[in-house]
Amino acid sequence: MSLTDDLQVAPADAGSPKLPMTRSSILESEPGEKIMSDEMIEPGEILIQPLSGWIAINWRELFDFRELLFFLAQRDVKIRYKQTALGVAWAVLQPLLTMIIFSIIFGRFVGLPSQDVPYPLFVFAGLIPWLFFSNGVTAAASSLLNQQHLLTKIYFPRLFVPTASIGAFLVDMMISLVLYAFLLLAYGAVPGWRIIFLPFLILATVTATMGLGLTLAALTVKYRDVRYTVPFLMQILMYISPVIYPITIVPDRYRWIAELNPMCGLIDAYRSVILGTPWNPMAIFLGTIVNLAMLVFGVFYFRKTERLFADIA
Amino acid sequence: MNRSAIVVEDLGKSYRLGQRNTGSTSFREAVQGMFRSRARNASVPGRQVEKFWALKGISLDIKPGEVVGVVGRNGAGKSTLLKILSRITEPTEGRVRVRGRLASLLEVGTGFHIELTGRENIYLNGSILGMRKAEIDRKFDEIVAFAEVEKFLDTQVKYYSSGMYVRLAFAVAAHLETQILVVDEVLAVGDMAFQKKCLGRIEEVTKEGRTVLFVSHHMPAVQGLCTRCVYLEHGKLKLDGDPTTVLSAYAREASEKLNAEENLENHPGRQSDSKPVMTWVRVTNRSPHAAGILMGDDIQVEVKFRTPEPMNGVTFWVFVKNNMGTPVFGVDTDINAPVPTWETIEKGRVVCLIDRLPLMPGSYTLDLYFGSRNMNIDVIHDACRFDVDGADVFGTGKIPHPTSGNVFWPATWEILKEDD
Repeated sequence: MSLTDDLQVAPADAGSPKLPMTRSSILESEPGEKIMSDEMIEPGEILIQPLSGWIAINWRELFDFRELLFFLAQRDVKIRYKQTALGVAWAVLQPLLTMIIFSIIFGRFVGLPSQDVPYPLFVFAGLIPWLFFSNGVTAAASSLLNQQHLLTKIYFPRLFVPTASIGAFLVDMMISLVLYAFLLLAYGAVPGWRIIFLPFLILATVTATMGLGLTLAALTVKYRDVRYTVPFLMQILMYISPVIYPITIVPDRYRWIAELNPMCGLIDAYRSVILGTPWNPMAIFLGTIVNLAMLVFGVFYFRKTERLFADIA
Repeated sequence: MNRSAIVVEDLGKSYRLGQRNTGSTSFREAVQGMFRSRARNASVPGRQVEKFWALKGISLDIKPGEVVGVVGRNGAGKSTLLKILSRITEPTEGRVRVRGRLASLLEVGTGFHIELTGRENIYLNGSILGMRKAEIDRKFDEIVAFAEVEKFLDTQVKYYSSGMYVRLAFAVAAHLETQILVVDEVLAVGDMAFQKKCLGRIEEVTKEGRTVLFVSHHMPAVQGLCTRCVYLEHGKLKLDGDPTTVLSAYAREASEKLNAEENLENHPGRQSDSKPVMTWVRVTNRSPHAAGILMGDDIQVEVKFRTPEPMNGVTFWVFVKNNMGTPVFGVDTDINAPVPTWETIEKGRVVCLIDRLPLMPGSYTLDLYFGSRNMNIDVIHDACRFDVDGADVFGTGKIPHPTSGNVFWPATWEILKEDD
């Protein structure tokens, strides 16, 4: 049985109405319905058995538990703001201070080009997706280990744990966008019509973060030392992504290698839609393919390793 | 046809030896392991990885409305069974069919976070347990009333007393509305009054016709609530039947190998969430020349303990249970407080003096509870066993008939003549 799930519903041609796996109704089969073989289970039953190989996503279950995802993300946000001394201020300070330091060092001292746009605006546009990605992946990678206890005491879709910790940073991202709006105002820059694509870019940023975040989360539970490599990984990724420099400084011949990094095309696209810098379809195209591939891999690798979490956590 | 609620078919769960203790490997080791195993397996063909079977060959058929108690020593596999039913861990072989919505309570307060308020935790915990927000809204007032925390709803849980915390956590769980409930030693938390409340709630749940699977060491609870009892030993199903039969067999097995003096350090009767504080117990006759314990003798129970850090107050409860595992009487330091002779303590010996032991001849075991400030720290069931022999306690050469129960008590009689 490949791609089976621990949840099976009666096959569609069984002749009985396909009762949904509802969680709030009393489950009854039709009177007179016969069980045809041991393997078939009726609607409303859950079969718990050993699974192997790649495991399908249980969409029904994710939908049933959807409120929990929100509660978990909300919890992460609340805790972060209650526990840190700076509280909400951190969401403002992190991008702001980073922008200031980068502008001074890389913008002024080193003199990196910024595609005819003031360096602070240039770098901030890159920081918005980058900080979300970096914070999100780091949080996701250690989310399972930090909530080990939860995983050994109750069942709920494990996918929600790293996803909620990534989701919590959407709040930060919104705050950065507001901050950026003020910054743009200060410089008298007005975004063009392309700004309508921003929601799609945000979505792409979330999927890229989930792709890497879920993979690292699953790896970290299996191999404990992976968690220590994450900060290092993030540092390297920052330098190979066009956060502080424009993609144009990479020589044409090697540009496609850089563009395989989903954050590359994405960061460039943020600048393109907000600041009007040149559009780079190839980078976006390559980046999106890798992004989606990583998301699919991340989710399935996570599902495959998921069943071991309680045993080895 | 009465469809089963839970059908367990030949269930087994194994762990690779060493996996449980050391947890996961490091990436480096995993890579090295890949090279090493090739070389090793080549030289030793057919080498098996050592496995530990936490459960093997378990088959059960539980009908809707049954209340099943699961008993067994520590390590018997009870918690593993519940974890598999709760889908927290996967079986190695066999399978389980569950019909109906199942909620499991393997501890109270799962998901509670101390930085959040009581109100926020109710929603978070309820959601984790599987309740929809609408459901939690509906039951909110009931939950708060059960927990008795109305005034503290908007205070952060880190400011709650341990008693309040536990009451709130249980209150949320107590309002789950699933058809099947799987409960693991949840009664172990809180003080005696609260445990009574928890038991009461579980009793209500069973009366509602829901199916309950219940692991507990509290024998009277299992006896009183359960319609059926399952006894696990070393991962296998040893007995499955009516509570009285199974429990007396369990009590008998538990006490068979016990003496009046026992080392408690790795005692199998220690409850799974206990800290190993009590180290030794002994029951002796206070009279120095006595050979054993007779009815009416003065006895003492001594317990040695060692706490990880100095404590400024400790409490002890000792329950004497008969050969069926039913408690006969209990004594504790809350009722008869010892005279304090120290400010903090780390290592010590408790001496409990019981005068004129009112027990009938027979075999008795002790349950020991060590705690501090209303919370249990170390709980050991059937810690040791002692026998009581007959003696001429009334000076008449006669003692009560063996069917009179476990306790004897003096009485004086008069028979008066009445005229018409």
